[in-house]
Amino acid sequence: MPLLEITDLTVSFDTPDGVVKAVNGMTLSLDARESLAIVGESGSGKTQLAFAILGLLAKNGRAAGSVRFEGQEILNLPETALNKVRANEIAMIFQDPMTSLNPYLTVGDQMAEVLILHKGVSKRDALDDSAKMLDAVRIPDARARLSMYPHEFSGGMRQRIMAAMALLCRPKLLIADEPTTALDVTVQNQIMELMADIQREFGTALILITHDLAIVAGSCLRTLVMYGGRVMETGPTDALFEAPSHPYTRGLLNAVPRLDIPQDKLLTIPGDPPDLTDLPAGCPFSPRCPVSHEPCATVMPRLESFDSARLRACHASREAVA
Amino acid sequence: MFVYILKRLLVAIPVLLILIVFTFVLMYAAPGSPFASERGVPPAVLANLQAQYGLDQPFHVQIWRYLVALLTEFDFGPSFIYRDQDVNSLIAQGFPVTLTYGFWSFVVAVLVGGALGILAAVRHNTWLDYLAVGVSIGAQVLPNFVLAPILVLTFTLWLGWLPGGGWQGGQWQFVVLPVIALSTSFMASIARISRASMLEVLTSNYIRTARAKGLPMRHVIFRHALKPALLPVISYLGPAFVGMITGSVVIDIYFSTGGIGQFFVASALNRDYGVMMGITILLGALTIFFNLLVDVLYAWIDPKIRY
Repeated sequence: MPLLEITDLTVSFDTPDGVVKAVNGMTLSLDARESLAIVGESGSGKTQLAFAILGLLAKNGRAAGSVRFEGQEILNLPETALNKVRANEIAMIFQDPMTSLNPYLTVGDQMAEVLILHKGVSKRDALDDSAKMLDAVRIPDARARLSMYPHEFSGGMRQRIMAAMALLCRPKLLIADEPTTALDVTVQNQIMELMADIQREFGTALILITHDLAIVAGSCLRTLVMYGGRVMETGPTDALFEAPSHPYTRGLLNAVPRLDIPQDKLLTIPGDPPDLTDLPAGCPFSPRCPVSHEPCATVMPRLESFDSARLRACHASREAVA
Repeated sequence: MFVYILKRLLVAIPVLLILIVFTFVLMYAAPGSPFASERGVPPAVLANLQAQYGLDQPFHVQIWRYLVALLTEFDFGPSFIYRDQDVNSLIAQGFPVTLTYGFWSFVVAVLVGGALGILAAVRHNTWLDYLAVGVSIGAQVLPNFVLAPILVLTFTLWLGWLPGGGWQGGQWQFVVLPVIALSTSFMASIARISRASMLEVLTSNYIRTARAKGLPMRHVIFRHALKPALLPVISYLGPAFVGMITGSVVIDIYFSTGGIGQFFVASALNRDYGVMMGITILLGALTIFFNLLVDVLYAWIDPKIRY
């Protein structure tokens, strides 16, 4: 049984401009201890996918489909039932460490409350465990830092604190939503190393959501490429980078600036990200796709498996993409 | 922190001095006299009165005498209208009354307004929210000089539950109606402010983090959202409290409570220089004190503010 199994998940938001369809029939599965990178540009629905799993959608958001965690349906559970899963089984790290910690409470209070609530331990024990966890994410002088407030830490330190907080209950799954986006490059590297260490030491499964292909390559064994709220392709990271089977993945990889080849200007994927209130009936990428042809705009291609471990959703042949 | 408070209190001294001088100058420049009456006073009597109160002296002598009496003996001087009383005893008589119903109005406004605003925000876009917003708009547009007679009409004349006026040493029956009349509009403002700020706080990233940690909603609200949501309310409280004290004139007139509000307005109309100066200084000191209190509260809540 997979640890997490998402089937035909849709997420939509009622807005004054119409219904925004952020996720449109996502299907994925993740085993215990596995690491999966979800890649896509802004507006591809990857963050809303993560929020939907933990029931954190904005009030105007609706999710339908199925999200099973260890075989249990957790999508649209009542808040009280979800609260037993949150942090305890599935924990999350957010995009912006500068605003994700409560500025009015000490780091110790914010960490300890997780353990007090989920494990029923005393405040003293909770603080002890919190200090140990800060130590594990390599925050020096952890004990003394517990009584400090978030603004007394740098961005990288705050993201470490977020990671430590997420790990307190030893969750089976950690969802990291663009954990490095707000940080500078050297700190990004440290945080990604931390993620790898966490996986090794705690045996946590990891879903890493990012738009940065560079950090995917070194950190996750499997990658899933998302566009317009759908899976474009998925497979082992190495194979996917080596031989992308979808024109969108190809475009993303081409857009990564390279140092080894002289380039006059940055390559981009022509066109704009899709309008989520007015998606084409077929493949969402078809308006921007260089190999788009007859059925693409009207018929959504099915996810088809090939090379045993890979899946792709594209009408074009793999040869045409390569 | 202690040093900061001390500094602020020291700065308050020149501010108060400037306030005193400024008010004194304004009153000196204003036409009219406490002894002008419709019947007209014989010139000899008027001259006697003026001499008795020192009004025949040049300006600099008058203000000097006033300041010396105030600073050395804490003596606000005589009332020019209430012949047997000095300003100190008028304030000693009226201020505790004003402070009593002012304090309770403040408590009611903060508790009811805060609760209403937070409830409305947490139940955003439900009937509870609409009800709370409706009530606070209604309370806001109803001035206390309209509300006071409505209250007296309802609770005194129709229902006969509460006395329509008087003070009786501040027995609770006499305090209820003045408190309702005075607190209502402030309650409404606090409800609006706390609702808006709570709504904003609830959409912030750290509230999402708190929810992602599996904390129950009431824990999220009271532990994570309440403090930041109260900051704008707190900055409103300083001016609000002083506003209640100065706004108490309507209460004093309708309910014959005998607070300083009535003296304040009467003194301005009658050119009762002594009373007017006294109450102005009192309110000025209160304003400074409450602004300091607000700043201290702010620092206590927001760890980023350190003095």
